[in-house]
Amino acid sequence: MTVQSESVAGGGGEETAAAPEALLRLDAVEVVYDHVISVLQGVSIDVPEGGIVALLGPNGAGKSTTLKAVSNLLRVERGEITGGQIHFRGERIDKLAPGDLVRRGIIQVMEGRRCFPHLTVHENLLTGSYTRKDGKAAVRADLERVYEHFPSLAERRRILAGFISGGEQQMLAIGRALMSRPTMVLLDEPSMGLAPQVVARIFSEVRQLNREEGVTFLLAEQNANVALGVADYGYILDSGQIALEGTAAELQDNPAVREHYLGLSHAVEAASDEGGHAG
Amino acid sequence: MEFLWDFFVAPFLDMIEYPTFLGEVAISGLLTGVMYSLVALGFVLIFKASQVFNFAQGAMVLFAALTLVGLMEHGVPVWGALPVTAIVMVALAFAIERGMLRPLINQPPITLFMATIGLSFLLEGAGEWVWGSNVKALDLGIPSSPVDVAGMLLNEFDMIAALVAAVLVAALALLFQHTPMGRALRAVADDPQAALSLGISLRTIWIIVWSVAGIVAIVAGIMWGAKSGVQFSLSLIALKALPVLILGGLTSVPGAIVGGLIIGLGEKVAEVYWGPVIGGAIENWFAYMLAMLVLMFRPQGLFGEKIIERV
Repeated sequence: MTVQSESVAGGGGEETAAAPEALLRLDAVEVVYDHVISVLQGVSIDVPEGGIVALLGPNGAGKSTTLKAVSNLLRVERGEITGGQIHFRGERIDKLAPGDLVRRGIIQVMEGRRCFPHLTVHENLLTGSYTRKDGKAAVRADLERVYEHFPSLAERRRILAGFISGGEQQMLAIGRALMSRPTMVLLDEPSMGLAPQVVARIFSEVRQLNREEGVTFLLAEQNANVALGVADYGYILDSGQIALEGTAAELQDNPAVREHYLGLSHAVEAASDEGGHAG
Repeated sequence: MEFLWDFFVAPFLDMIEYPTFLGEVAISGLLTGVMYSLVALGFVLIFKASQVFNFAQGAMVLFAALTLVGLMEHGVPVWGALPVTAIVMVALAFAIERGMLRPLINQPPITLFMATIGLSFLLEGAGEWVWGSNVKALDLGIPSSPVDVAGMLLNEFDMIAALVAAVLVAALALLFQHTPMGRALRAVADDPQAALSLGISLRTIWIIVWSVAGIVAIVAGIMWGAKSGVQFSLSLIALKALPVLILGGLTSVPGAIVGGLIIGLGEKVAEVYWGPVIGGAIENWFAYMLAMLVLMFRPQGLFGEKIIERV
């Protein structure tokens, strides 16, 4: 996990996060479900362009809700932003429809992968290009790029997505999102229900996409250990509020974080340092 | 004993002895079945794309037929009245999205179902208010004279109608399987929220499926209207579509088509061969009895979508 310092955005993570040119900025965002259930109470997050920012915290802390507040998928779950603002490239986006956000370059990969089970792998990828208007040739070129990143998907392109493995479905969900040519991907709980080595592969692919394609990631993850392995900067969310923030290295070294969020006591520390270990 | 003979043996002997007559009965049954299929198809499309069980499908058939006949009564020729009716049905789809689906977003399915019951009254009322409630004859100028096909006498109108229905179904299949729009429709049918997350507009999809269901209703309305006149009872053919849906599976387009054909064929054959034995009127209940059997032994229907469950 020393690769941290080599990462392009990682070095400036702390400074640029506070600077006005953050790609995505959440400013004291409040979310209420069903008009009464308050889930987020003033969450402020900055994601710099080209960075990977991790959003950590226990189950029910509001990680998914934060991502859905950005992608505006809240409304179908009867959620509503009741306070604060969200800016993307300096433009206010918290009133935009999900389709408009996808066209502007923000796309969410939802928790649980949510591939279309009765569509083939290939068709699933194509649904990701729904909002694009730049022609079939460009879409085909991107398809090939996705297949290069995820060769196992290429092998299964004619198979119904409902029949591929969980790890492949997660790759498919990410690949499908990439087909929209996003600037920024909101990745929700990619490790859920997957074996540690599959998780490791997916996270290394995330890092590669970030470096090679310049895709910015906001990553919600319960598995803080793995997430901090690829992220530049992290926020820890607890009961709808930001409890802590810092560079990945700072968070990993913080004793309180180690104890409460990384699930590490001093005894198992050495063993878990390898990464890919489910926290 | 005589009853058993009449019930279990005689009908089959009849079939073997007069195969052309059996052919005529079967084909006329299948042609009726095509019309059941069309009505059921409207249900399936809307249910798949929006999880709404559209009780108003029959009323849409009536409304489409009334609009077409009404225009023709006012001197508009068929080739002018058809596109105008199509435009009316698409406009209706926009109105339904705006006035019914959008305000009821996130409501439980039963609420939407009740809204479609309201919609069916609205459409029946509006149709009769504008065009009057008397029975109207629908004459498209296609002769219904019998033609001789391989020794069987078949109704020319029926054959043209079946051909039109087949073309319509083929066009829909192409639309769903091989266009980006069709892919988006199937994506929404699988997982609306995931589709939304990719920027697929649910509203656009709803308008499209309700429009397609409206166009299908026009074809069904013409076929039924030409046979039995355009009248209020046309909206009741939706009730005949329910057993078709149970037989074919509520989410399956091929199921709606095959289910309609099976029921059309079955009820006609049963009526002709077994009607005299047990006193007739089999046609009226055959479909429901079949639906009941399906519910007992294969509740997902013949073609009900397999549920793919994997973690």
